[in-house]
Amino acid sequence: MIKLVPRVENSTLMILLSPLLAMTLTALSAYLIFVYILVDIDVSSVFYTLFVEPLRDSYYFSELLVKAAPLMIIGLGLSIGFRAGIWNIGAEGQFVIGGIAGSAVGLYFYNVEAFWILPLMTIAGILGGMFYAGIAAFLRVKYQVNEILVTLMLTYVAVLFLSAMLQGPLRNPSGFNFPESRLFHDSALLPIIWEGTRLHIGLIVAIILSLIAWFGIKKHMFGMQIKISGSAPRAAKFAGFDDNKTVWYSLLISGGLAGLAGIFEAAGPAGQLTPGLPQFYGFTAIIVAFLARLHPVGVLFSALLIALSYVGGENVQIEYNLPSSITQIFQGMLLFYFLACDILIKYKVVLFKTKN
Amino acid sequence: MNESLFISIIIGISIASVPLIFAAIGELLVERSGVLNLGVEGMMIVGALLGFVVMSHTGNPYLAVLSAMLGGMAIASIFAFLTQFLLTNQVATGLALTLFGLGFAAFAGRGYTEETIQLITAVPIPYLSDIPYLGPLLFSFNPLVYLAFFMVYLVWWFLFKTKQGLILRAIGDNHDAAHAIGHNVVRYRVMAILFGGAMAGIGGAFLSLVQVPIWGEGMTAGRGWIALGLVVFASWQPFRIIFGAILFGGITILQIHAQGLNINVSAQYLSMLPYLATIIILVSLRMRLKNKTNRTVPNCLGRIFHSTT
Amino acid sequence: MSNRSFSSVLKLSILSAVLAFTSNVYADPVKAAFVYIGPTGDHGWTFAHDQGAKYVKEQMGDDVIITTVESVEENSDSERVITSLARKNDIIFTTSFGYMNPTVKVAKRYPDVKFEHATGYILEDNISVYSARFYEGRHVIGKMAGRMTESNVIGYIASFPIPEVIRGINSAYLAAKSVNPDVQIKIVWVYTWEDPGKEADAARALIAQGADILMQHTASTSPMTVAEEKGIYAFGQSSDMREWGQNAQLSGIINDWGPYYLERVQAVANGTWTSANVFDGVQQGMVKFAPMNQNMPTDVKNEAMKAIIDLSMGAIHPFTGPINKQDGSPWLAEGETPPNYPDLLTMDFYVEGIDSKYPN
Repeated sequence: MIKLVPRVENSTLMILLSPLLAMTLTALSAYLIFVYILVDIDVSSVFYTLFVEPLRDSYYFSELLVKAAPLMIIGLGLSIGFRAGIWNIGAEGQFVIGGIAGSAVGLYFYNVEAFWILPLMTIAGILGGMFYAGIAAFLRVKYQVNEILVTLMLTYVAVLFLSAMLQGPLRNPSGFNFPESRLFHDSALLPIIWEGTRLHIGLIVAIILSLIAWFGIKKHMFGMQIKISGSAPRAAKFAGFDDNKTVWYSLLISGGLAGLAGIFEAAGPAGQLTPGLPQFYGFTAIIVAFLARLHPVGVLFSALLIALSYVGGENVQIEYNLPSSITQIFQGMLLFYFLACDILIKYKVVLFKTKN
Repeated sequence: MNESLFISIIIGISIASVPLIFAAIGELLVERSGVLNLGVEGMMIVGALLGFVVMSHTGNPYLAVLSAMLGGMAIASIFAFLTQFLLTNQVATGLALTLFGLGFAAFAGRGYTEETIQLITAVPIPYLSDIPYLGPLLFSFNPLVYLAFFMVYLVWWFLFKTKQGLILRAIGDNHDAAHAIGHNVVRYRVMAILFGGAMAGIGGAFLSLVQVPIWGEGMTAGRGWIALGLVVFASWQPFRIIFGAILFGGITILQIHAQGLNINVSAQYLSMLPYLATIIILVSLRMRLKNKTNRTVPNCLGRIFHSTT
Repeated sequence: MSNRSFSSVLKLSILSAVLAFTSNVYADPVKAAFVYIGPTGDHGWTFAHDQGAKYVKEQMGDDVIITTVESVEENSDSERVITSLARKNDIIFTTSFGYMNPTVKVAKRYPDVKFEHATGYILEDNISVYSARFYEGRHVIGKMAGRMTESNVIGYIASFPIPEVIRGINSAYLAAKSVNPDVQIKIVWVYTWEDPGKEADAARALIAQGADILMQHTASTSPMTVAEEKGIYAFGQSSDMREWGQNAQLSGIINDWGPYYLERVQAVANGTWTSANVFDGVQQGMVKFAPMNQNMPTDVKNEAMKAIIDLSMGAIHPFTGPINKQDGSPWLAEGETPPNYPDLLTMDFYVEGIDSKYPN
């Protein structure tokens, strides 16, 4: 018989080993699947393309970082909210609104070259995301309406709003009537930190923010607040922590960060506002936050891992003519195993003989 | 508006809302037991694929619906195993399920995109459907439509009229107390999760067997997420699911009709209506109930249960 | 010549002949890549492009290596896909409008690689654009629709209000009206290129509102299946959709990209490729038609055939004045035909007679 016995304290060995165990199990399962289903393909070279090549090739490595940056930023915001038990499932919508708000500012000044345009766009993006998440906060505080529902529904609204904006006020007047904005002018583009690639300062911002968050949670009272509010709401109330404040802070922070990621995406790799802005970063970031166990610095690493699977997966798709769904299956499996292996941190697996 | 247009609209609304009703009523039971399963989209699409594949190979609609149900249950069992036995976080596991389900269905369905099948057609109830006006309106639906309404009734009856339903609700509200009394929390939850998977599977199959007789990856197009929202909208009360699904499906269909009838609102803003209406109506419901303490959220929703005995 | 030198000359000649022969056989195959917005299984837009790619492989055999990538989203990720392909290919076809900016960016970094952007408008030394005069196809099916409708309502399922789609609507309407002055067109915008569920909802709504002929500018076979189910007529889009509409399909517009793709790939192989702005139609064989439904009366068939022949000889233009815009203002005078730019390529108005409000 197998039984799970809680450990006295979390096993630090397992904190390091469980992710590796998960990755190994995923690799094994993927191997078995590939070998049986994709008969003509050399599975080990698929693995190489998936995991190793993006790390060895400078272009793909830069792209990995480009893709990881928004995941880090949004994931960071979400991890803060999730710790408090506030489930912001609509980060995607806040991402889009932030992108629209920031882009609108940049497009408004399209014939002005000045240093203050980009910061203004950034602030607009953050405020846009905060405002949008704030709607959910308001409804939750005032009417106890669940934030999962509101943020999720608002995500659909945000995407439709983007479409309406691109058909109307934000459309490029000399763009043959296609629903895309003008290309951003130089003052409205993010500075690139790695010459010749698309890697922009978003990555640096992400790292700085996560370090700030880490210290904030460790040292500042707010960190204590959300930790306790999340795990023991009654005790939190007793101690005088204002539940409503927690709701507001969590949603505003996660919304603001999602909005920041949104304008960074528009002003960075995209360089314009298009209907393709929503790329499910808001949802993928939820996975990133969980893989990081909601740790602000851990988010940086889990974002890199997920980004790796995207970039590597895309290359596998191109090289071996495999459908993109392979990457999704793989990511789903990875998350399943990761979550499953995590249990080894808190619990010990004990085998014992049943008494006869 | 003439009669046949009205009937067509009603039928259109039923087609749009039935997948939502199935998926939402299943998830409602799951959430009543205290579990939050965000993997509805993944379970629905697996159901859509399996229903289509079996229909295309056997031509037997009963078998197809059954397979869709079993497929949904099979994939839900992964979620059940992880969350109930390995105590994983429900939100993350549900998301992983969605991801995995979408990918798996897309991959497995690769060879079926060029096929087509016979749609499951409407079955008019004899005699009743001949009643003028009411007949074609209420009694000429597709059998799955009747099944959806029946399932809602069944879930309501189970939750509020049976002992097991009471226990399940108690588990959802306070799993530690329920466990202390001696109820098997894990078993109830696993059963609920499997039921949710079965329902989501049928809901998905409705898409590929009734709405359009083709298979395309991603054809659920976010309906699983809408269903999740509907459960909250319904305040975890079964009959309200129907109201919400019809509201949602209704506005979606009406928006399309409005375009054809030249109603002068931009299509994007019209399309926003179902989502905004869901929020607005929920808020107004809460406003009216503000004085009553109407906490219908199952208290233990999303919390991990681990027995220490 | 001495015996010895003769034999060396002979050896040399044989050697050089062999070398000349084999070097041709072992010349590097040209590498062509295609970026698709959807799955090839859509049996619509992407399927047609893929058929074109397959045609190239068929015709050129070992002289070409083809790589295709499906379901590439129109967002900043596409730039990476295009870059990956640019590293290893000689010519890349990006088959959707939304790839424009990424194509331009990558083309800048890889000046020796050729890029062909479908339905775009930015030209560079190494970027070519190409599109098909689908509106010519709409003209022909519009005539059929005008004749075959009994309710005088044509249902149109439209994706996004971009010029290409507007051209299609206007052309179909004008053609239908020219053979049936009472005909009306009802348009539903679904704001997606492909969503079988939504397309079916739109199809059903249009039928409920009286349409007995369906046209679509979306990618799936879903509207055709609804037409089949309801027993009305519809037209296939981008490819022959008869399998989904045994009785329903009257005909359809088929995008035949094969010959164009072959021409361009061969041009790269020969070193004769130059950037071009291609806007071909029936005359050049880019727009073809699915076989006509046998239930179509002979006179309707003949009328359609004549239109096809006229188009293929360049004898008629679907937009020939007098035509006014929807608001009554004049667009084309008697006998006048529009220039490609700006009239056709930036078309953002309905023609007079269409009741629907122009989106936004």
